[in-house]
Amino acid sequence: MPELRNRIETPPRAPFDVPALEGGYGGATVTPERLIREDLRRQIARLERRLSELFASAFPRTGIEWRVGAVGGPRVLGVRDLERVRDALVVRLREAEAELDRRGEQEEATRGLLESMIAEPERHRWVRVAREDIGERGCGHYHSRPRWGILGMLLNWWRVRISSGCPLASG
Amino acid sequence: MSRGAVSRNAPQSGWIAGELREEFPGLGLRYVTVDRGSGRSPKELRNRLRELSGRFSGPQAINLRHQTIPWAYRVFYRHIGLDPDEQRTPVEELALERMKHGGFQSQSLLDDALTIGIVESRVALRAFDADKADGELGIRPSAEGEVLEGRPGPLPTGTLVIADQVRPVALLFGATAAGRGVHPRTKRTILCAVGVAGVPDLALEEALWLVTEIMRG
Repeated sequence: MPELRNRIETPPRAPFDVPALEGGYGGATVTPERLIREDLRRQIARLERRLSELFASAFPRTGIEWRVGAVGGPRVLGVRDLERVRDALVVRLREAEAELDRRGEQEEATRGLLESMIAEPERHRWVRVAREDIGERGCGHYHSRPRWGILGMLLNWWRVRISSGCPLASG
Repeated sequence: MSRGAVSRNAPQSGWIAGELREEFPGLGLRYVTVDRGSGRSPKELRNRLRELSGRFSGPQAINLRHQTIPWAYRVFYRHIGLDPDEQRTPVEELALERMKHGGFQSQSLLDDALTIGIVESRVALRAFDADKADGELGIRPSAEGEVLEGRPGPLPTGTLVIADQVRPVALLFGATAAGRGVHPRTKRTILCAVGVAGVPDLALEEALWLVTEIMRG
């Protein structure tokens, strides 16, 4: 029965817990296109939330692109533009997650190297591991160096020195 | 009313064009008029700004975007075609300035009051010259051929603007029309808070009262 198929069975769910008015907002008819726009806006809200959380968890890593780009505003966006925004957020989220996964694996491997270096510095002579390579903040590094210079080199006495990095205090 | 006195009127609700009210439930404008302009920022206010700088640190700036109110504005920006990472929300813009300069920079009484109001409440606040506004303020799409004073060419039809009864006074979350903002000769100031879905009305009111109290001195 076409009438039943086209009828809206439940009132549209408003975004952000704003209670939906029976029969649509202010009594106006809620068109299918408006329902689509509302749904797209909800999707955009969820994606923005996820992207924001990822941004916070990515800190202090830099060099990750977070911008999505504007579609021209401020104005009321139609379905097509909302879809563009939604799709752009999906792509950005996916790329950011992939990049963070990649860096996470790299940092994990580097942390493994650092642990071996600390356990057996003589087997990792002159190896230097930067803080940012293990996901830490700051510009210092861990460096396997001989104790007491040439004497340490000759007698195979090595240790890991931790450098604080920049001489100036960080902001 | 004596010079420097502050009107004790409660915040007014601005009008929202019908089609916007239906499209964006939660979109709102609250404003209050104070009977003074800006001026030099007093020492106590500069100290307060310095103290706020100390309380607002890097981790807070990083986590800002997924707090309730800043996130609501970011989402709304995306809903109206803006990228909040290119054209930042007011609170994120201030956070960035704080990180760049090592503190909130004191500029004037009004600017410092708005800085404190925005950072404390996270609400989008702005100000206009009350003597240059004709009637009540509200938010609507621009009509065909309408201009924003000081900007070349007409606005694209449907651009969301804050307007009085006669003309646009500012782009929503954007530039203010030439001559409508607060300047050294301003005698009365309209303080505005733009609300979007997810920002409680109470937050808008508290933000306005916070700025009003500071302006009162």
